[in-house]
Amino acid sequence: MKLKKIVLACSLAAAGTFAAVAPAQAQISGDVIRIGFITDMSGLYSDIDGPGGAEVIKMAIADLGGTVAGKKVEVLVADHQNKADVAAAKAREWFDQQGMDLLIGGTNSGTSLAMAKVAAEKKKPFIAVGAATSALTNDQCTPYTVHWAYDTVALAKGTGNAVVKAGGKSWFFLTADYAFGASLQNDTASVVKAAGGNVVGSVKHPLSASDFSSFLLQAQSSKAQILGLANAGGDTINAIKAANEFGITKTMKLAGLLVFINDIHSLGLKTTQGMYLTDSWYWNQSPETRNWSRKFFEKFKRMPSSLQAADYSAAFNYLTAVKAVNTDDADKVLAQMKKTKVNDVFAKNGWIRDDGTMVHDMYLMQVKSPDQSKEPWDYYNVVETIKGEAAWTAKSETKCPLWK
Amino acid sequence: MDIFGIPIQAFLGQLLLGLVNGSFYAMLSLGLAVIFGLLGIVNFAHGALYMIGAYVAYLGLETFGINYWFALVLAPLVVGALGVVVERTLLKRLYKLDPLYGLLLTFGLALIAEGIFRDQFGVSGQQYPVPEALQGATNLGFMVLPNYRGWVIIASLAVCLATWFLIERTRLGAYLRAGTENPALVQSFGVNVPLMVMLTYAAGAGLAALAGVLAAPVIQITPLMGSNLIIIVFAVVVIGGMGSILGSILTGLALGLVEGLTKVFYPEASNIVVFVIMAIVLMFRPAGLFGKEK
Repeated sequence: MKLKKIVLACSLAAAGTFAAVAPAQAQISGDVIRIGFITDMSGLYSDIDGPGGAEVIKMAIADLGGTVAGKKVEVLVADHQNKADVAAAKAREWFDQQGMDLLIGGTNSGTSLAMAKVAAEKKKPFIAVGAATSALTNDQCTPYTVHWAYDTVALAKGTGNAVVKAGGKSWFFLTADYAFGASLQNDTASVVKAAGGNVVGSVKHPLSASDFSSFLLQAQSSKAQILGLANAGGDTINAIKAANEFGITKTMKLAGLLVFINDIHSLGLKTTQGMYLTDSWYWNQSPETRNWSRKFFEKFKRMPSSLQAADYSAAFNYLTAVKAVNTDDADKVLAQMKKTKVNDVFAKNGWIRDDGTMVHDMYLMQVKSPDQSKEPWDYYNVVETIKGEAAWTAKSETKCPLWK
Repeated sequence: MDIFGIPIQAFLGQLLLGLVNGSFYAMLSLGLAVIFGLLGIVNFAHGALYMIGAYVAYLGLETFGINYWFALVLAPLVVGALGVVVERTLLKRLYKLDPLYGLLLTFGLALIAEGIFRDQFGVSGQQYPVPEALQGATNLGFMVLPNYRGWVIIASLAVCLATWFLIERTRLGAYLRAGTENPALVQSFGVNVPLMVMLTYAAGAGLAALAGVLAAPVIQITPLMGSNLIIIVFAVVVIGGMGSILGSILTGLALGLVEGLTKVFYPEASNIVVFVIMAIVLMFRPAGLFGKEK
């Protein structure tokens, strides 16, 4: 306790001296703005975020001229290997020893929930981009978490509603057997029921299952019209492949509940045409998104995913706020971010709600048929724009104490 | 008619699907059993060899237009040659040491191979088309079986039986088995034992690659496809009895069936049922179902 007081006194004194010497300077701790990015850099989810995400954060800094408020901006990148403990330990180390000012969280809900806790404890901003779980802004919301790109509620509302409207009343779920799968299934099931549909059954499969044929035959014998895929990445891809092979697609329609453009690219349009999916962004939406994406393509030989665009947007908006308030003080920057609209290549007129959700439009897309597609990666027709608040958790549903 | 509340048609369908998966288990565990039985090496690189086999088929098709049937021959040869290099430069130095060293070396090699492919191709996975002659599906009355899956069962059973016959019923097989029992004696009869051992490892690697090519049209080809499967395959080998050829084939098929049935009755347990069986078998028969106590 005594030691703490001495340290505090010394640092106050130091800060005081510093302030006295350079009163007009920007208030940037450590004379450098440090952005940490912790994501899956090498595993299952590294193509949709990973090294591409790290690169676009650097692009955001370059687009702001390399310096913000006259100070250098540095990016720290780490691989959490999809382990929550690794992610939390790295975040803690960087906050304590590197003077990290902003943490951006990549894919994997488990790791983001752990990092959100660390950031809240350190009172530093945490922007979750790649994680899907809606818990980040619901029962586990904090004043320092901002959820930037998408969540399971938005995915469910988009795809669930659209499919029921198009006549898909009875659903069977194929669900990855862990927290994310269960939350995606539950969120979608309530949307389906509210829209007048019904759920006739579900089967849980282990994460990274080697074979889906047996689960698919069970789905088929349920006689449901829609097969809802409450899984992600390789599991979704293998399930869709097997569904085609076994002729399931002749009697049931597939609804991918979390599908990224990289998955479509991997499967090909012949297999996926006509499928509905919900995403926060698509590279081929406007001249602005196309220009931005071509720059990414030159480096990675693939088009950016929605998460990579959101990584850029998160870093860009944070740094713009730092510039505006001329400090990297967490509370001041967050307050500035919350009163400024997000207008960039990722989102138009987005704004950060009290529960931490960055409210923006979501898009319901349908996968093009091979002859509709004009060039590689031209995969989607945007069939509906889900406007602002309609896409996200409603105030009546939230358990977040910050938004009551 | 129902069996335990499941319509018999669905029941038969699940059994057949279990057999398809069992065929893969059998073929992979066969290669492991051959390598362990004859070299005493616990080949943790087996999954990586399987993955490389699939990539050879994919790259052959993409860059040189080599078709599936040719890839079935080419991939085992390429991966077998890789096996020769590994055996000559690394593995042969370990034969006199504890098996643990072989395990560590091959595990390290597997991680390196995965890392290289991940760096080159990313993790999203590549697609390999089903060859034209095997496209489509056949209605068996109780289920629709894609022709390709039927071919997998036939092809892998044929390969398994041929391997078993070669090792257990031919003169060459007798040399091999004798060479592992007492290398010095067999060598003194004028048999080139080191060459034989090298070719055995190459053959085991080739079998893994063949399984990789067979799997390529069914699942997506990713750098991680081997490590997802290898642990189950090891369990199969342990249940069958380390080094038992026939044991690994029969156990592979049987566990495919058991796993298939688990997916009907209690899907959540389908990825652990193999290990539960392994634990039970080890409790009562530590050498495995077909293994000999030493």
